[in-house]
Amino acid sequence: MASVTFKIWRGDKDGGSFADYQTDITEGMVVLDAVHQIQAESASDLACRWNCKAGKCGSCSAEVNGMPKLMCMTRMEDLPTDQPITIEPIHAFPIMKDLVTDVSWNYEVKKRIKKFKPRSPDAADGTWRIAQEDVDRVQEFRKCIECFLCQDVCHVLRDHHKHEEFIGPRFFVYAAALDMHPLDTENRLEDLKDEGGIGFCNITKCCTTVCPEHITITDNAIIPLKERVVDEFYDPIKKLAKIFTGK
Amino acid sequence: MADYQVHEHDVLVIGAGGAGLRAAIEASAAGVSVGLVCKSLLGKAHTVMAEGGLAAALGNVDDRDDWSTHFADTMRGGQYVNNWRMAQLHAQQAPERARELEAWGAVFDRTKDQKILQRNFGGHKYPRLAHVGDRTGLEMIRTLQDHGVHLGIDVHMEHTIVELIQHGDRVVGAFGYDREKGNFRLFKAGAVILATGGIGRAFKITSNSWEYTGDGHSLAYRAGADLIDMEYVQFHPTGMVWPPSVRGILVTEGVRGEGGVLRNSEKKRFMFDDIPDLYKSSTADNEEEGWQYTQGDKDSRRPPELLTRDHVARCIVREIKAGRGSPHGGVFLDIAWIKERLPNGEDHIKKKLPSMYHQFKELAGIDITNQPMEVGPTTHYVMGGIRVDGDSQMSTVPGLFAAGECAAGLHGANRLGGNSLSDLLVFGKLAGENAAKFAKDNALSFGKEQEEQADAARRKALAPIERQDQGGDGPYQIQFELQDKMQELVGIVRNQDDLDKGVETVLAMKERAKTVTAPGNRQYNPGWHTALDLDNLLTVSEAIARAAAERHESRGAHFREDYTAKDEQWGKTTLVVKKGADGEMTLTKEAVRTMPDDLQKIIEENK
Repeated sequence: MASVTFKIWRGDKDGGSFADYQTDITEGMVVLDAVHQIQAESASDLACRWNCKAGKCGSCSAEVNGMPKLMCMTRMEDLPTDQPITIEPIHAFPIMKDLVTDVSWNYEVKKRIKKFKPRSPDAADGTWRIAQEDVDRVQEFRKCIECFLCQDVCHVLRDHHKHEEFIGPRFFVYAAALDMHPLDTENRLEDLKDEGGIGFCNITKCCTTVCPEHITITDNAIIPLKERVVDEFYDPIKKLAKIFTGK
Repeated sequence: MADYQVHEHDVLVIGAGGAGLRAAIEASAAGVSVGLVCKSLLGKAHTVMAEGGLAAALGNVDDRDDWSTHFADTMRGGQYVNNWRMAQLHAQQAPERARELEAWGAVFDRTKDQKILQRNFGGHKYPRLAHVGDRTGLEMIRTLQDHGVHLGIDVHMEHTIVELIQHGDRVVGAFGYDREKGNFRLFKAGAVILATGGIGRAFKITSNSWEYTGDGHSLAYRAGADLIDMEYVQFHPTGMVWPPSVRGILVTEGVRGEGGVLRNSEKKRFMFDDIPDLYKSSTADNEEEGWQYTQGDKDSRRPPELLTRDHVARCIVREIKAGRGSPHGGVFLDIAWIKERLPNGEDHIKKKLPSMYHQFKELAGIDITNQPMEVGPTTHYVMGGIRVDGDSQMSTVPGLFAAGECAAGLHGANRLGGNSLSDLLVFGKLAGENAAKFAKDNALSFGKEQEEQADAARRKALAPIERQDQGGDGPYQIQFELQDKMQELVGIVRNQDDLDKGVETVLAMKERAKTVTAPGNRQYNPGWHTALDLDNLLTVSEAIARAAAERHESRGAHFREDYTAKDEQWGKTTLVVKKGADGEMTLTKEAVRTMPDDLQKIIEENK
């Protein structure tokens, strides 16, 4: 057992600062355990979100020593405990209090994405036939736990605050999940180009690096969508054809 | 003075897990205005943790399956004290609910002929669980959430309800606060649906998150509703035991469904040692047959690892107590061994159990494709809860409905794995439909008296903050102590002395909780939130302890070392918890309703 110092950001939208807390760390503890222990020992009003404690719900997102992480999946033994460990809220969204941010923007964005629209059922009983390989292909994107760490690290949102023009990696993954859904028939490409602002992404792959579900966001979701947008709207031959046919 | 914002909805749903979302969708489809309140962000409820799958007699893998077999399995699993009407409706309607989920965008694993694949699970005669890997709950909640957001449901995220508002007996709204600012809200509603989930936080070792403090149970109880079957708390046999910080986190039954076996420190498959009579004829008596069953051989019987959860949990406790446990106080669950039988075993494990692989790798540093897991029982689910009418899901209080884990009846004395996700869908839908109808048929009546109730709830909620300098215990202190005592005295193996002590302890803690303090202000203050949830936790703890102390037999999840056998008379008895006229908790015995002949016949045919 060792006593470790944590520097935890305390404050709200009007400002705040880091406060120091000491707590004992035992074998196998994760950062979220330390936060809970601090809550119980000395700061019962320290705000933080959490639910499943097993990396499945995506509630406890924060920045630990400057890295976007799920606190429940960050083991203390992987951090240098001879110096203070900093924990602060994610940066891409407004602060509510302490480690809790207002992520409601993400819920609004999702509402604007055209919903799932299945093809007509394949069988008379109203059911569909789908091959397992088509199920497997879309799994990667459907694993997303909506922790919004990809949104946090994306410089378009984090540094340039393009929340009005850009939906962020999470929703490109969502769009890819719908796009590659074996039954979906909707076309969302124009929306991705316009409201989605997919062109803002310059493929720095930061989102992929921080994804706790190990979704290859850039390569498998964003780039294929970008290619489809280009094919649809910026293909020179298609453009020429449009000019001649007037369509 | 009213310092709260007022919202009005035809139907107010409290809780946004599978049941709450399904109820909100259905009520909305019926053309009424719907409000949905949840303590966390949308999509984070415990449904997300459900791993194994959703039980529905689709008959895609074994066409001998049908609703009557599912019904019989559910009743047998529940030791025949289930609400048979609910068990019937559930078995009949689950397939349609599963297919509907697919129409809304859920993607399930497939059979070779491209239908929804189904896996084996404890207590289910045939492969019955529609699933996608081991993250079925996430798939389900995300599907419902994404479908629901396009329906115009008003979602009040991170809000907590502290009291129901009544006009006479009838529930006409709810009062609560938003967690961010601590501002109060009054929700007027023609009908209220409780879908608040379970009570796991009453125990120390649990798979449940902070949310599961029995809010719905307690709100209903305080509004005068009956609670039944509260003695039946499910301890899931396989939770993680190491490292200490993850103790209790669920290890899906799907591990055993895929061929995982339980061994003690002597490397013995101890589950073969004790097979209950009710299951003797349907359980394999050798390892080879058990393995063949998990690989889909229709002529083989299930391995004993797939017996019901109550039984497996007790066998694990027996091994640990006998000194044959694993180093950290559990037993071994081994899936890696299937590599001996399957050429691509490692990939198969990662594909079928991806989140288990991930969870053990990252939290315990264990590679489950090479090493056994250490597992032990964890508080998982409460079968008991709000008594509802099987067809309408209305509680004994007019205008108050309940669905999902907080409602009682479907699972009797023990729930089968997979029957929870289907429960949420089937009864969420029925609750939504009937609450909408109730709201349409009964005009809302809200006046000064109701506003006074809101004011009283407001004063009660503010008290822990207002008395923060008066030296009472902090909320975590009381909560931790309660969890310790419930685990110790009202846990898996029970006896009269412990249970009586359990009741006394809870009553004493109720007194202490009257002066609980919450330092700080109302702004996103977890200490305050915990202090307010404490009241609910104490109510359900008292109900569980009292009912468990009263039932002098062992049945399903309720195991008494002083009454180890089932008792015929008790098998016909339901324990009902209700708030008495003097405010004290009352416990009464009632006869279990007799099953109609056609259902009885199904039970006999499936014995």
